[in-house]
Amino acid sequence: MKAFAALYLELDASTSTLHKVDAMARYLRAAPPEDAAWAVYFLAGGKPRQLVPSSRLRELAASAAGIPAWLFEESYAAVGDLAETIAHLVPDGMEDDLTGLAEWMNERLLPVRDADPDIQSQRLLGWWAHLDWNGRFVMNKLITGGLRVGVSKLLVARALAEVAGIDHKTLAQRMIGYTDPRTAPDADRFRALISPIDSPQARAQQRSHPYPFFLAHPLTDDPAQLGPASDWLVEWKWDGIRAQLVLRDGGCSIWSRGEELLTERLPEIEQAARQWVSQAGLGDSGVVLDGEVLAWDATQQRPLPFAALQKRIGRQRISASLLRQTPVIFVAYDLLEWGGEDWRDRPLQIRRRQLVQSLGDEEGPWSVQRLCLSPALNTDPLGWAGLAQHREAARGLGAEGLMLKHSNSSYGVGRTRTAGGLWWKWKLDPFSVDAVLIYAQRGHGRRASLYSDYTFAVWERQPDAEARLLPFAKAYSGLTDEEMKAVDAIIRRTTIESFGPVRSVTPSLVFEIGFEAIALSPRHKSGIAVRFPRILRWRQDKTIEQADSIESLRDLLLGSGAFQSIPAGVRQ
Amino acid sequence: MLRLRPQGLYCEAGDFYVDPWRSVDRAVITHAHADHARPGHQRYLAAAPGEGVLRARLGEIHLQTLRYGESVDIQGVRVSLHPAGHVLGSAQVRIEHRGEVWVVSGDYRVESDRTCAAFEPVRCHTFVTESTFGLPVYRWAPQSRVFDSINAWWHDNAQVGRASVLYCYSFGKAQRILAGIDASIGPIVCHGAVEPLNRAYRAAGVDLPQTRLVSEVDDRTSLGRALVLAPPSVAGSPWMRRFPDPGDALASGWMALRGARRRRGVDRGFVLSDHADWPGLQQAIAASGAQRVVVTHGQVPVMVRWLQSQGLQAESFQTEFGGEEGAEA
Repeated sequence: MKAFAALYLELDASTSTLHKVDAMARYLRAAPPEDAAWAVYFLAGGKPRQLVPSSRLRELAASAAGIPAWLFEESYAAVGDLAETIAHLVPDGMEDDLTGLAEWMNERLLPVRDADPDIQSQRLLGWWAHLDWNGRFVMNKLITGGLRVGVSKLLVARALAEVAGIDHKTLAQRMIGYTDPRTAPDADRFRALISPIDSPQARAQQRSHPYPFFLAHPLTDDPAQLGPASDWLVEWKWDGIRAQLVLRDGGCSIWSRGEELLTERLPEIEQAARQWVSQAGLGDSGVVLDGEVLAWDATQQRPLPFAALQKRIGRQRISASLLRQTPVIFVAYDLLEWGGEDWRDRPLQIRRRQLVQSLGDEEGPWSVQRLCLSPALNTDPLGWAGLAQHREAARGLGAEGLMLKHSNSSYGVGRTRTAGGLWWKWKLDPFSVDAVLIYAQRGHGRRASLYSDYTFAVWERQPDAEARLLPFAKAYSGLTDEEMKAVDAIIRRTTIESFGPVRSVTPSLVFEIGFEAIALSPRHKSGIAVRFPRILRWRQDKTIEQADSIESLRDLLLGSGAFQSIPAGVRQ
Repeated sequence: MLRLRPQGLYCEAGDFYVDPWRSVDRAVITHAHADHARPGHQRYLAAAPGEGVLRARLGEIHLQTLRYGESVDIQGVRVSLHPAGHVLGSAQVRIEHRGEVWVVSGDYRVESDRTCAAFEPVRCHTFVTESTFGLPVYRWAPQSRVFDSINAWWHDNAQVGRASVLYCYSFGKAQRILAGIDASIGPIVCHGAVEPLNRAYRAAGVDLPQTRLVSEVDDRTSLGRALVLAPPSVAGSPWMRRFPDPGDALASGWMALRGARRRRGVDRGFVLSDHADWPGLQQAIAASGAQRVVVTHGQVPVMVRWLQSQGLQAESFQTEFGGEEGAEA
């Protein structure tokens, strides 16, 4: 634990990518392979099911620290991280712990999950009493499963590539599926990651895996700087789940960008894909498509709100009624493999030509096909000006904006630069309203102890009642550190009441809140749900009376084309 | 005996205030930090060892001093000052009237060092306490361990020719660091805000290693081995340009939490505070023997509730101490 804890804290303290890669490579070289296997698993975002319920951890830590539950919660609110709070509170052990990470996981932590509560408690208390601060903190992180330490999967692949002396793209490919919670990491799997060549078993296993996803950069500048529009493939940007459809050896797997296997939850798409393969006579030769899974409303001819798709994906078992209510489609963007050959380094226009040929029509999601082509927008004759108009129209179609991909671009790995040009997402400006801050909560991570998570409200004015503030969104990003400090001070000064970590304040602050989408929601007090709400700016020039009303939100809802009318009695 | 008035904590019987935040006729001052010692009072009473720092900060004032333990009678109220261990000249104010005793602790630290007299528990009926670090997550490591890690950090930077900029509060923290570190590692440079306080400490008989202003350093290459003490406010200012690519760190009790460290964006956070940690607060409160405790600043509701659950009579005074979230902490 000592070596891994030291690595964790080094990564946690560093802001330099180079330094992080170097620190990981150093650890991975020195550690026994079974420990390195687990380290890669955690650093790459692997998360075993929570080993001990948080409630038991809190209870036990409070009793070990000799403090009541309320004081534990106050402490947690100040620290903003459960693992760290416990490490601070329980009595100090001082020992260097030389037991390896694999032994910790396999012999101690994983078995504790199914142990009975008394044994769990006894074990935990013993470990806390034995470990020094770093060890306790990292052990708690392993238990709670939130080991986020500011390294991406790609960065881990780079460190591994350094250790193995092979290309980091190859490593990124090998790492797919590595963090799958169903297979535990072990020395063999680690050796396979860094071996000079892929073993036959590894090859077989990789047959069902997708390629690492290639991601776009947000476009903030004038697109005219990108050169002639005709050099670009321009498509609608959809707000669904980015996914790859992997068809090899008679099998079909659908993987999300988060490397989650979704096949069983998307039977319609699987069926459509199998049909397509057999009709096109592709046999078992291997085809991989990149695309977007959307929940599609055939009557309205537009995507259902993202929440509907989320709900559908969240269900392990899909009922017939859910299938009817939330039908899904796969909109294909790109062709990554064809006839068993990796096409990622071919220019996009070549890949696209093949994709169009094999999927046929350009009607896109508006066709009746479950597996359809993402249509290309015409870049002539108006060029960027014409595309800007298309972009404005995106919202009416239920799209988020446009994707710009250079015709010569290869399909890269992650959000990196690649030969032949980048990919850009040219999103719509968000919706925005001016709203009033009414509740605040202390944040987590680097915002710990600061009141940084806010609930915002708009006015509801009814003829025969006093105007009141109706909460409609929570947001915690968008302020600079300086602004956040200033807002924190005002919140402390204007607090009306505290309930645990939350404070209600005398309304005085107005913010412009941006969001991507808006939909009806019976679950929200305002009757409206917004997607990706964030603070655009602090309106210090406005008084709370000048903030927007619920009517403004309803107007946005109507304007978004999502609904013909708002049913009466939307509010609870 | 003491009550809250708009000017500050007021002793009616003696007609004086303790650390008032508005101008008054007679002020008893616990220590020279800006939120406790404000300008503009007619008469000041403070502990003798703090005279130099108090005058360095407030200029020409009408100041009467007491040795620690010495008492004075103010209209029949007996007032004496006792070491609080916070900074040079810091004192707890003991107030006795008709057999009732109150102690106002100001800010205090229970772990002693050689820059100021060590905290002395004073028995009383009512103890007025701070609670800057009044949560059980705040537990300080022994200062020797903190100085070891500062030394190691400085040493490693010096090896590769990088200046070690250590941000710290100018008054108290900076001198405590100077007294605690291993001065043989390299030269020590202090920012212009720190140096006058070093002089005041030396004048009061506290032995500090040699320090220089950056303008006094002729050999610029020696800066690569230097420890540089500067207030946190100079981070990112032109003054910092003299030290190309330095290692930077902050010494403060707030550095105990990772969130605060990450927010600061410095390479290292050293957990070093001139305030009592949670166990220290409990220890001081218990040692006072007080049945009634008044909490003035910091984690006020938490401490009040905790003390009540421990069977004490606890309440709060809403004061203006602990400015900027205890910047000096």
